[in-house]
Amino acid sequence: MTFNFDNVYIEECATVCGPYEKKGPLKKYFDKTYDDLYFGEDSFEKAEIKLVKDSLVMLLKKSGYKKEEIDLVIGGDLLNQITASCYGCNGIGNGFIGIYGACSSSVLGLIIASTMINSGYINNSICVVSSHNMSSEKQFRYPTEYGAPRPNSSTFTSTGSGSCLLSNNKSNIKVECATLGGIVDYEQNDPNDMGRVMAPSVIDTLKRHLDDTKRDIHYYDLVLTGDLGKYGVEIVKDYMNTNYGIVMDNYNDCGVLLYDLEKQKDVHAGASGPACSALVAYSYIYQLMINKKIKRVLLMATGALFSPTLLFQKENINSICHAISLEVV
Amino acid sequence: MRNTKYNKIADRHKAEENRTKNLLIAFVSGGIIGFLGELIIEVFCLWMKMSRSDASSVMILLFIFIASFLTALGVFDKLANKFRCGLLIPITGFAHSMTSSALDYKKEGLIYGIGSNMFKLAGNAIVYGVVSAWIFGLIRYFLGGVV
Repeated sequence: MTFNFDNVYIEECATVCGPYEKKGPLKKYFDKTYDDLYFGEDSFEKAEIKLVKDSLVMLLKKSGYKKEEIDLVIGGDLLNQITASCYGCNGIGNGFIGIYGACSSSVLGLIIASTMINSGYINNSICVVSSHNMSSEKQFRYPTEYGAPRPNSSTFTSTGSGSCLLSNNKSNIKVECATLGGIVDYEQNDPNDMGRVMAPSVIDTLKRHLDDTKRDIHYYDLVLTGDLGKYGVEIVKDYMNTNYGIVMDNYNDCGVLLYDLEKQKDVHAGASGPACSALVAYSYIYQLMINKKIKRVLLMATGALFSPTLLFQKENINSICHAISLEVV
Repeated sequence: MRNTKYNKIADRHKAEENRTKNLLIAFVSGGIIGFLGELIIEVFCLWMKMSRSDASSVMILLFIFIASFLTALGVFDKLANKFRCGLLIPITGFAHSMTSSALDYKKEGLIYGIGSNMFKLAGNAIVYGVVSAWIFGLIRYFLGGVV
């Protein structure tokens, strides 16, 4: 399903991140960075809420909007009951929608907001996503201090929050169209190899996007996936080339860009988490577009719809990918 | 069909895992722990004139304390990542799993946090330890106590 938007623009973006991301190559593009993982709070869950609040405050400051001038806030994160968004967005905007698309929440939020703005019901909207390495570890894997050795295919949940203000005021970057992805099940079930789990969703959504819009892949200066990591990226490239003859030389992945994979060995295959795609797209890619270094970007956030409970009950891990096309005008 | 095709391509881009190296590291680091344990028992037997069973209890206590203390300092998980399962299989790993769970849930309070979650990982070892002790006890009973 592909929608076209006529009057949706990105007005401003804000990013806040933790110490691992600060050590990465994109440090200078982030608005605010922290040196520890607690950010002055006493638990990791509260720390993640703080991240959301910080990025919203930063976004309002940068854009000059007041809290009550925001029509709609859309928030998503990985915690149970999307608590980081629910608590973090409290007090900002006139309406709130909490969404769960796992790590694809960033683009899912943008699509929902763009549709609402394009329909004329609202004038502006903030989309915010967050993730925290430690709160996710605690919820999905082992206790945070537990030293379970991880395989090289595993990815590292990024710590940070990215927010983006969309509105119908003309700005430099236009949200041009979007393809909403469906749930994809390729019978994958290794939680330590999320690149392999999520690559099918990218293939599926990308193929449908290109078919719907009748575009060549080189229409875009950059195709950017969310958090496949270095092995998932190779799978997508190989599959697209083998099966559809599409050569993806304009392709990169936020999970590969966020950390220095040579120096930061702890992250193994790359970054993951809803914040991963937001941190890269709303800082580095946004700056590249503002400076007109690249003009057309297809942002494809990928999510593994993964529940530890159902995995133990021998179910597969499904995945989903949403794509949004951004253009410099 | 679709999945087989995908798996074939995905298998070409699998992460390399150096199993031999991990195995050797775990073997050596686990061995060193065993060696240290034996050394401590000998030292206690010789110098403190303890019986061998008393000395081994003290050694176990000492290892549990060290592992828990290092977990609390945030060092043990980094060591475990370096020395792989060599540190997780001995009693040090058991202590580490309990302390790390307790630390994780300390904010939820003594009852709903630490009390309910401390055995999250260690519970496995206790449950199946008791079950296998029961099975082996039964076998021993039927063999008439000859083994």
